[in-house]
Amino acid sequence: MFFYSLKRLLVAIPTLLGVLTIVFFLVRVAPGDPAIVILGESASQEALMQLRQQLGLDQPLWNQYIDFLSAILQGDFGRSMISNQPVLTEVWRVLPWTIELTAASIVIGIVFGIPLGVLAARYRNTWIDFSIRFFSLLGLSFPAFISAILLLLAFSIQLPWFPVIGEASYADPMKRLMALVLPALNLGLIMVAYITRVTRSSMLTVISEDYIRTARAKGVPARMVVWRHTLRNALIPIVTVIGLYLGVLIGNSVLTEMVFNRPGLGKLIVIALSARDYTTLQAMLVIYAFVIVLANLITDLLYGVIDPKVRHQ
Amino acid sequence: MNPATTLREPGWFARLMRLCWRRKAASAGALITLLMILIAVFAPWIAPHDPNEQDILSRMAGPSAEFLLGNDTYGRDILSRIIWGARISLFIGVTSIALAMVVGGVLGILAGYYGGKTDRIIMAFMDMLLSFPSLVMGLIVVAVLGPTTLNLIIAIAFTAIAPFARISRAPTLAVKQRDFIEAGRALGYSDLRIMALHVLPNIMDEIMVLASLWLATAIRTEASLSFIGLGVRPPTASWGGMIRDGFESMLDAPGLVIYPSIAILIIMVALNLLGDGLRDATDPKLRHE
Repeated sequence: MFFYSLKRLLVAIPTLLGVLTIVFFLVRVAPGDPAIVILGESASQEALMQLRQQLGLDQPLWNQYIDFLSAILQGDFGRSMISNQPVLTEVWRVLPWTIELTAASIVIGIVFGIPLGVLAARYRNTWIDFSIRFFSLLGLSFPAFISAILLLLAFSIQLPWFPVIGEASYADPMKRLMALVLPALNLGLIMVAYITRVTRSSMLTVISEDYIRTARAKGVPARMVVWRHTLRNALIPIVTVIGLYLGVLIGNSVLTEMVFNRPGLGKLIVIALSARDYTTLQAMLVIYAFVIVLANLITDLLYGVIDPKVRHQ
Repeated sequence: MNPATTLREPGWFARLMRLCWRRKAASAGALITLLMILIAVFAPWIAPHDPNEQDILSRMAGPSAEFLLGNDTYGRDILSRIIWGARISLFIGVTSIALAMVVGGVLGILAGYYGGKTDRIIMAFMDMLLSFPSLVMGLIVVAVLGPTTLNLIIAIAFTAIAPFARISRAPTLAVKQRDFIEAGRALGYSDLRIMALHVLPNIMDEIMVLASLWLATAIRTEASLSFIGLGVRPPTASWGGMIRDGFESMLDAPGLVIYPSIAILIIMVALNLLGDGLRDATDPKLRHE
């Protein structure tokens, strides 16, 4: 297990380096001079020169690249071009909101998605299966901002059960929880759709294996066969999907935070976007990519835990 | 040898169409998609009004005989804007996926065919692309390049290249082992000719299935970017943009967001039905269901 983990860790390093390189050049492609973006069109030549020097923009590209890499490795993600605050300060401030939202939605996804997928597989081609598949197809079809708007219209406006945008006072834990319900439900239902689908197909693959037939033949109760023998072996693709889904989840959380006007990383991005705050955008892209690489690493390590065969390959 | 995999077989398109026809859900999806394409193509003739014509007196008016779905905040006809919006959604969706399919497909075939170092370098690069959340990546590409239709297409294609490279690499590895490829080599065909004329047709159904599934994703990404405010420039009608415009006044006129949302949902459900049906039909494990 140790060597397996170490190998995975080493493989992640070039990927991270590549990610940083892509981000660096992507942001440098931006038309327009960052110094003019910060100081405005009417800034004097001297002021522009001074700022360029300060930001290192007068250096050759290669030096800028090295500086960028070494800064990130030291945990310095740069300062916002607008507020001049370190980007990480802003990120730490809103991070709990995004973590709370995404964690709640993953819990919803797993708690409802796995049993629904198992049910659909067990009652395959019956009305149970068809209705579960229909709802999961619907869930996969909804762009997150549309489901968010519909939830808002239905449960904050038509039925005033949950706070409308911006009304909740977040200091009160009860109100904070109420403000979390709809956004978490929005992300969670889409996640349920993904997990249901992959659980179903993974269960169907495993159910036709020989060892399941053996278990049945030797008289293991059907319930045990489904929940213990089959689901356990069907877990790997499910874990993979949850890992891969993180990228989609991040995109959806941006849209959800925007519709519900919740503080969070997504909101930070949208604000940075309208202010053309490239340094913040660059830092956010790096942070998100790191999170995804980390999640893939954890997924890989989980395989090793779930399936001993993987470790020994 | 399996007769379905020899060289003399019906083209991939005919094969896909036949498979699709056998499944009711998939053919329903195909039919609705086709209808949407027709609406998009013939928008100028179908739309009852000019999508940008403002009727100030009927701002945010409800449905009427003249304006079937009512009017938006500028008094423009919502129905006509939805019909014209189909053009933007489908055009950007189809072109971006076509671009991703070509770039990703070529990279995947090269990686699978040559193997070794080429394979490792290309796939390592794809892993890097897959490390970015696609919406955020698309968002930043558009923000950096500027919000034009072309840049929108590039940004969405950028997020879909890696899946196409992966899906074309795997079957290329399998096809490469087969006798007719060896025969082609023995006849002295160039690698390019073998890849284009002998590998590509044999992996085309996998690519097309992925394309139909990713078309839905591309349309969703376009709508999401438009909703964030990075879509085609106003006043051009796009579904996501209409929802963005209507969001502020949705308490007074929920139709502003609900009607374009329904349009997006219809095309999403149709494309998912089509893609799922095709995938199940081409998946050998499920073929005998």
